[in-house]
Amino acid sequence: MFEQLTGRLQTTLRKLRGSAKIDEKSFAEAARELRLALLEADVHFGVVKDLLASVKAKALEETVTRSLTPGQQVIKILNEELVGVLGGERQELKFAGAAPHVVLIVGLQGAGKTTTVGKLGARLRREGRSPLLVSVDVHRPAAREQLARFGETADLTVCESDSDDAVQRAKEAVREARRRGDDVVLVDTAGRLHVDEAMMQEAQAVAAAVQPERILYVCDSMVGQDAVQAASAFADALPVDGHILTKLDGDARGGAALSIAAVTGLPIYFAGVGEKIDDLEVFHPDRVASRILGMGDVLSLIEKVQDQVDLEVTEGLEKRARQGDLTLDDFRSQLQQIRKMGSMSKLLELLPGASSAPGLAQMAPDDAELKRIEAIINSMTRVERHKPRVINGSRRKRIAAGSGTSVQEVNRLLKRFAQSRKLMKKLNKKGRRNTPWANLPSF
Amino acid sequence: MASIFLRALTRSRDRLAEALAGLVPGRRADSATLDELEAALLGADIGPETAAELIDVVRDARAEDVRPALAAEMVRVLKSAEGPGADAATGPRVVLVVGVNGSGKTTTIAKLASFHQSRGDRVLIAAADTFRAAAVDQLRLWAERLGVDLIAQGSGGDPAAVAFDACQAAVARGSDVVLIDTAGRLHTQGNLMSELDKIRRVTQKVVPGGPHEVLLVLDGTTGQNGLRQAEEFLQSAGVTGLVLTKLDGTARGGVALTIARRVGLPIRFVGVGERDSDLVEFDAREYVEGLLGTEAAE
Repeated sequence: MFEQLTGRLQTTLRKLRGSAKIDEKSFAEAARELRLALLEADVHFGVVKDLLASVKAKALEETVTRSLTPGQQVIKILNEELVGVLGGERQELKFAGAAPHVVLIVGLQGAGKTTTVGKLGARLRREGRSPLLVSVDVHRPAAREQLARFGETADLTVCESDSDDAVQRAKEAVREARRRGDDVVLVDTAGRLHVDEAMMQEAQAVAAAVQPERILYVCDSMVGQDAVQAASAFADALPVDGHILTKLDGDARGGAALSIAAVTGLPIYFAGVGEKIDDLEVFHPDRVASRILGMGDVLSLIEKVQDQVDLEVTEGLEKRARQGDLTLDDFRSQLQQIRKMGSMSKLLELLPGASSAPGLAQMAPDDAELKRIEAIINSMTRVERHKPRVINGSRRKRIAAGSGTSVQEVNRLLKRFAQSRKLMKKLNKKGRRNTPWANLPSF
Repeated sequence: MASIFLRALTRSRDRLAEALAGLVPGRRADSATLDELEAALLGADIGPETAAELIDVVRDARAEDVRPALAAEMVRVLKSAEGPGADAATGPRVVLVVGVNGSGKTTTIAKLASFHQSRGDRVLIAAADTFRAAAVDQLRLWAERLGVDLIAQGSGGDPAAVAFDACQAAVARGSDVVLIDTAGRLHTQGNLMSELDKIRRVTQKVVPGGPHEVLLVLDGTTGQNGLRQAEEFLQSAGVTGLVLTKLDGTARGGVALTIARRVGLPIRFVGVGERDSDLVEFDAREYVEGLLGTEAAE
């Protein structure tokens, strides 16, 4: 695990470093990686193309700041671009007209509309409003019961109606809200495919009948490339005001958010982050941007690395690592650099993919262990650090005594070190890309 | 059957067809055409890695070979994941249906029930989604419509207990197929994932060798996260195959290709509509045909 971690740090560093200036060539290299990252995150390929084009224009034009390397600069610009597309500042859902304010919730089947209506109702009530919920889903079996149950558990008022007509049910709810003095009506519509004309007409009819102040489109954060078609079809058919992103508590990178924000130009107001009624958060463009990039909180890592790591040292180390000549001296200086950056667990949080691998944190050595490893290396002679194979039994005993550790710990370190040296040699021999299909017979 | 796939995948086929139209017979595909082709594959949610490898396969092909070579490779990948499903030696065949929230599990259960009914099987449904409000109601309405047996407890009950009861009832009543619906869960929720293992274990107690099939219901609009879903559900629920739903819109479900390649899980069924009969057995060649609009080579 240890070797993997340092290996990843190395790779990150290597990718982030470059020449002194951003030119076409160095940009193209960075862009390839970024394109892959964005596509893996399910950002629509057309949106990816546009994004990288505008990042390129900015990157080539901008003067390189002293504190950032070109690679870092490109990532910084891309990050800013993503945040911008996602709406920049947090967006607040406000109401303007006369009460009751009608909010229509629309989206595909299974996007999470009903759950969202319940959560939004609870949220509005916390804000001091009096929401009335109504389901106009007359198609899915037991859809109305689902909302009614939600109302019971969350103590929200759900409008009961005997009508089996979506328009009628919506109208009745608005009348009921007026009578009761509720100031918001949340209308849960049936899930529909954007290519289903009859169903889209039904949604239009409901909208025409109750004149909603807001129409919010609910988008599943796990959706892929189709997010664009669906969101724009809904926005074409109905005056959609904004989006709600659901199921963000999973590990989807959420590129769909970027796709729908880019093609509709509409803000994302909320994000669903769990199963409980309170799990609806205000949408934070900056957080989702770094999630899409899949580089953890990449900018803060850049900052930390930039502040702390002595690039000269790392460069020599990298060269020796490539040749498999890594010494325990290098190992130690790397450890020291890692420790300078803060605790291991904190650092891990910042690394891409670390959140999706919860086991990682447990497998990585903790900070106390790092200290002991350093103590062991400190107790070695220069010769021992450069040629670990001379360390025999009696030397091991001496090192253990000197560092206040045990022979077993010394053994473990030496074994680990030998393994990582071997691994680096091997990695270097192998090509970078591993394409399982490449060896197949052609057709 | 083919028409279902052709109809369902019209949009992506058109895009791919457009890309392929740039090919000049007798010459190799130029880089612009390959880029177009890659974009079309990406648009079908096939994912950057798999798309790049597919492009590599046809990179040096002659123009007239591009389409068949692409089709053949896609069919090969999909078929490589296929294998015979386990059959019940004695007693009912137990099918566990799992998936993330909103992927269409309950509707798929209804469609599966209808599918097995049409083959003359006696079907029993276990409403083991005791979490989602009204999930049991939804299933009860379906069961009534279809006229199949349903075993359910109140909301908030223990899903494993429902599965256990259902298996016992199925043995007692001589049912041929037991379909177990489960609550939607994100694959990142560790405790809910281990609940699936518990359901598996109690099933085995009643019906040895069960569940004979564990179907992961995957929303056809899902992007690259589908791969993570497949990996996680395979690990905790022992998934044996996929059901790809909602393919009647503009979604293509291309991530299933990456799942077949990386995780080795086959697609068993495809859901293409709202009616209970809108579930068809997956056919790799017809699917690829639908995607590419071509006679898929073996």
